[in-house]
Amino acid sequence: MIFSEIYSAYYKTIAEILKAALSGKQTSGDLRKIVEKYAFSESMLTIEPALKSEKWPLIKSDGVSVIKNPPSMPLTSLQKSWLKAVSLDPRIKLFDVSFDLPEDIPPLFTPDDYYIFDKYSDGDDFEDENYIKNFRRVLDAVKERKKLFIKYRGNKGNDIRLTVFPEYVEYSEKDDKFRLAANTHTNITFVNIGSIIYCEETDRPVTKIKYKKDPQRILTFELKDERKALERIMLHFSHFEKETVRTGEDTYEVSLKYDISDCTELVIRILSFGPMIKVTGPEEFRTLIKERLKKQKNFRI
Amino acid sequence: MAYNELIKNFDRIRDYMREFYVYGFRSRDEYNMKSARSYDDERRRIESWLSDYMGFRNTSDGKNVFISIDSRETRHNPLFSAWKARSFTDGDITLHFIIFDILSSPDVKLTFSQIAEITDRDYLSKFKNHRIFDDSTIRKKLKKYTDMGLLITEKQGKNLIYSRAEDIGDVNTDVLDFFSEVFPCGVIGEYILDRYNDHKSVFSFKHHYIYHVLDSSIHLELFRAMQSGNSVIISKYSSVSDSAVDIEVVPLKLFISVRTGRHYLLAYSLSSEKILPFRTDYIEKVKHLTVREDFDKLREKLGEKQKNMWGVNTGFNEEEICHVEFTVYFGEDEKYILKRLEREKRCGTLVLLDDNHCRFSADVYDVSEMIPWIRTFICRITDLSISDSETEKRFRDDLEAMYRLYDVEDETEK
Repeated sequence: MIFSEIYSAYYKTIAEILKAALSGKQTSGDLRKIVEKYAFSESMLTIEPALKSEKWPLIKSDGVSVIKNPPSMPLTSLQKSWLKAVSLDPRIKLFDVSFDLPEDIPPLFTPDDYYIFDKYSDGDDFEDENYIKNFRRVLDAVKERKKLFIKYRGNKGNDIRLTVFPEYVEYSEKDDKFRLAANTHTNITFVNIGSIIYCEETDRPVTKIKYKKDPQRILTFELKDERKALERIMLHFSHFEKETVRTGEDTYEVSLKYDISDCTELVIRILSFGPMIKVTGPEEFRTLIKERLKKQKNFRI
Repeated sequence: MAYNELIKNFDRIRDYMREFYVYGFRSRDEYNMKSARSYDDERRRIESWLSDYMGFRNTSDGKNVFISIDSRETRHNPLFSAWKARSFTDGDITLHFIIFDILSSPDVKLTFSQIAEITDRDYLSKFKNHRIFDDSTIRKKLKKYTDMGLLITEKQGKNLIYSRAEDIGDVNTDVLDFFSEVFPCGVIGEYILDRYNDHKSVFSFKHHYIYHVLDSSIHLELFRAMQSGNSVIISKYSSVSDSAVDIEVVPLKLFISVRTGRHYLLAYSLSSEKILPFRTDYIEKVKHLTVREDFDKLREKLGEKQKNMWGVNTGFNEEEICHVEFTVYFGEDEKYILKRLEREKRCGTLVLLDDNHCRFSADVYDVSEMIPWIRTFICRITDLSISDSETEKRFRDDLEAMYRLYDVEDETEK
């Protein structure tokens, strides 16, 4: 059963409330903070009265819990078999872990049961020893907030040496690649982990700049719902922050936020929908589309 | 019934969340499939779970509600919240914490009678309103937890002894942070993550489709069918009849798209005797039937077909394979286009014609699946030929329509 109350935010919240009560810290204010942190915005309306009225007889009116041990439960068979499926994925080698799972627990599924049919074929080699070593060093440095010296192969084939503050690790399912978001003293650089030749923690001085997100723009386009375009386009762009307004019986206006650095990729994605999409702004984005169409028209195919 | 932010059934909320997240332009009146009261309740629930991501817009048709999430910015899928909103009774939650407090370690082994007695004596009797659970309620709870693998039982004489199942110790949170986002049925990893407070994920995700988490229970049942080689009946939404239709199939593989956000079940349909794709977000129910002896053979057949599948379509007729080829131009400083073709060609082949031209060709069941990808090379396609003349004509007509949309004139005609 994947949809069960034992996994619910309420059970988690009550477990935290009971832990606090056991440590003698339980006040009404503490309870509110715990509910706000672990449950939903309206949960306080249910949880506090249920405990106080003894509808859920777990804490007495004097704030003492009848539960004697910090609440815990073992993993369910479902959770164990999901972990077993994880243990069969090649990417698990990136993490220095082993699971002590019972032999009689079957995997929930195996790599034969699913297929990602449109990811790029030049993804990272997750089984390469040097890759694994670099990945782990990068991950440790991000977690420990340690500076990292990296030597990596640039786009033009040249070797680049950098001392950076690692911010986070980004994974693209489409590219099947990991990238390090690295804070240099001037900007945030993305370094493909697959291109790292060598890296190690370092004490070399480097000034960290304040992390700022890539600048964003708002793309707006008109959408014509023919050949199920609405459904395809809405789903395709669903991972962006976006808004859609209906402007006619089968026409819509969509606006979505994109990172300026991803402009070229977005141009290509817009073109893939053909005449179902007409970009209305920003003007420089329209110009990029027009330039491509102009070049194409000149080929006179 | 009074409003409750928790839910018993996931199906209805799945529909609403999909509407608000994927579309988000419909007004309250347009949700005519359900009552206005139902709409108000579901909207309020989703707002309670996802308030940071909810947006509202007033239009002439009324107020539109939408969910807007930049999945590159969120380290954990906000839609997981819906899976943590299962309702329960007062007895469920009370017994849950008492049972695990009594069976506080795998070494504590007790009979049903002992558990029932301790529950009453050491816990419930401590309250003014001394609640009493009947035996069958406690028995049902113990059985449910045994079925879920939380408790184990052993026979001692005539008695069944209950104890807590052994745990597996700490699970690495980096593993959970990563796989809960990118792995099928990731919500199960998210449930495990709930054991660990106040940790921050080091991973962010690009091109990250989060919507399919709403289909997790369907994916789970399909995987279970594949693991046992079962056939199933899927109840699938049909846009033709605007209702659910039942189809008996043998689930063979889940096909995941990381470029369109869609998930498909590839399954052998017993009525049409063909391997067909089914969108999993349109599947409403899965009912397990019997084991199929030919499961491995059917899966092998799918493997054979994949040689000519660009996406998920397997063609109506195996003889009708369509040939497509097009030539791409690239400049001296545009060798990256070759790399792009190489990594995106799937079942196609490439031939380098000269220093500036490369020809892609493929034989596929359904060329229409490839058209959006071919369009991504607009500005470099120097010739194109598709054996399905209708599709080729549509490609060319669409191109002309795009020129008109953007007022693109032919410079060579000037």
